Amino acid sequence: MKSNIGRWIIPILGGLAFVYLLVPIAYIFAFSFNDAGRTNLTWRGFTLENWQNPCGAPQICEALGNSLQVGIVATIVATILGTCIALGLVRYKFKFRNTADLLIILPLATPEVVLGASLLAQFLNLGWDLGFVTVVIAHIVFCMSFVVVTVRARVSGLDPRLEEAAGDLYASPLKTFWKVTFPLLLPGIVAAALLSFAMSFDDFIITNFNSGNFDTFPKFIYVAAARGIPAQANVIGSAMFIVALLIVVIGEVTRYRREKALTSK
Amino acid sequence: MSDINTVKGPDVRSDSAGLRKSKKDDDFRSPEEIAAEKKRGRVGQALVLPGFIFLLLFFAAPVVVMLAMSLYTKPPGADIGEFAPALQFSNYADAISQYWEPLLRSFGFAAIATILALLIGYPMAYLVAVRLRAHRLLSSILLVLLIAPFFSSFILRTQAWKQILADEGPVVSILRAIAILPPDGRLTASAVAVVAGLTYNFLPFMTLPIYASLERMDTRLIEASGDLYASPFTTFRKVTLPLSMPGVFAGTLLTFIPASGDYVNAAILGNNRDTTMIGQVIDSRFFRIVDYPTASALSAILMVAILILVMLYIRRFGTKDLF
Repeated sequence: MKSNIGRWIIPILGGLAFVYLLVPIAYIFAFSFNDAGRTNLTWRGFTLENWQNPCGAPQICEALGNSLQVGIVATIVATILGTCIALGLVRYKFKFRNTADLLIILPLATPEVVLGASLLAQFLNLGWDLGFVTVVIAHIVFCMSFVVVTVRARVSGLDPRLEEAAGDLYASPLKTFWKVTFPLLLPGIVAAALLSFAMSFDDFIITNFNSGNFDTFPKFIYVAAARGIPAQANVIGSAMFIVALLIVVIGEVTRYRREKALTSK
Repeated sequence: MSDINTVKGPDVRSDSAGLRKSKKDDDFRSPEEIAAEKKRGRVGQALVLPGFIFLLLFFAAPVVVMLAMSLYTKPPGADIGEFAPALQFSNYADAISQYWEPLLRSFGFAAIATILALLIGYPMAYLVAVRLRAHRLLSSILLVLLIAPFFSSFILRTQAWKQILADEGPVVSILRAIAILPPDGRLTASAVAVVAGLTYNFLPFMTLPIYASLERMDTRLIEASGDLYASPFTTFRKVTLPLSMPGVFAGTLLTFIPASGDYVNAAILGNNRDTTMIGQVIDSRFFRIVDYPTASALSAILMVAILILVMLYIRRFGTKDLF
């Protein structure tokens, strides 16, 4: 009997934890079908109307568009800069390497509110207007550190002999990079870019400090929370979730197939 | 902090194979090899430089500006938001004497949330990484669910939480029915709700690093321990737990740091009187009261306090391959 409890304790605790993790997400999804009217607080019946007209709430799609734009620009810049840094840090030795390393790690160890407040202090000091540009800059700062950490792990796992072999076969360093290094790093870079986009899209605290009157999707929800979030926000949240989930599932399936193909050889 | 990379997922492994290449025996190098090394160093610098400059301009410089601003003073007769450079160290004393309560509360809430996340997250990670290792499909599905919260909106989820914990919501009715809560007891606008929200929102940051370190573990070690007559509990304490320590370590930092600065949970789930966290104070000092020096001083205090706590923590529990 005792060993039976021991056997089941992990599945039970783990299962309960999954419920805890997923109930709010299920709630968001369910309430995207609520016939809510202005405030989506209690269940008033099933409707597809919110899904048919996700831009029905005022300004919601404008905020969504802003978030998508910020996310795309910040992700592209952060991924390029971060990948270069990751390559430079792992593959090369140079003078200020340790300083660079520290400077890249520190943003990860700084609470968002401090990052946001210090950037605001900087922008006030420079006399810049808050808006799209300042939000993008702020997002690049925290996304870049995540890209570096993600891609660096990938670079470290790469066998340098593959590049040496390409060199021995008279490939130029540039050609080696494009034909050997880059394709091998690509999964890591794609993962980093997706992560970076997800973080940028969902960021509230840093954005709130540096956006002025420029509204992003999280800001829209935060402001709306005071008087009641429209059901369309749940539709957009659910749709984003489904898209992201599909991307992850496709990624996992591809990986699974590749692994299977490799082991069957 | 190399272990933060473990957050990224199961296929990420860190080892330093890439570094070993350049550690050739230094005494036997030709001038050409030394020149080549120098050239490689310049390529490395060129790769790192753009991002490095960006971080200097928009991370290092802002922190310096914030530190400077924390010492500014308000000249007599100045308009709202108008401050003059000064060395007014009393801003710090004022900030602390006025806001020591939210500051301590933030660290307290973050610490409780971190411990709860560890207690909840460890069984989850263990279930997916060890118990279900043989069931590839099921563990893949659960892994996707583990990272699912990252893909849904943080604030929407917190708002959903608020509604789930509401007076007429399911959780309160159940707790009242089994008499954990008194008949008129409630959860909204309480410290309990804020801590539950923090735990909930940062749980994936705890679970994923632990998952990553457990996933790398050789399960034959558990079998071996059992063969040597160790009880499951002893096996856990002496084998599994030590091997997962890097993940636990990274997870606690990744949970504690953002949780202590967070103010979304406190603002949405709290009551603003005995749940105020330091992030809310910084936000309102900046935007509502337009008192940049105090807001900057509080940010600086938060940053330094966290760095000190993290360093003490690393010294006490840290493993060598971190940081």
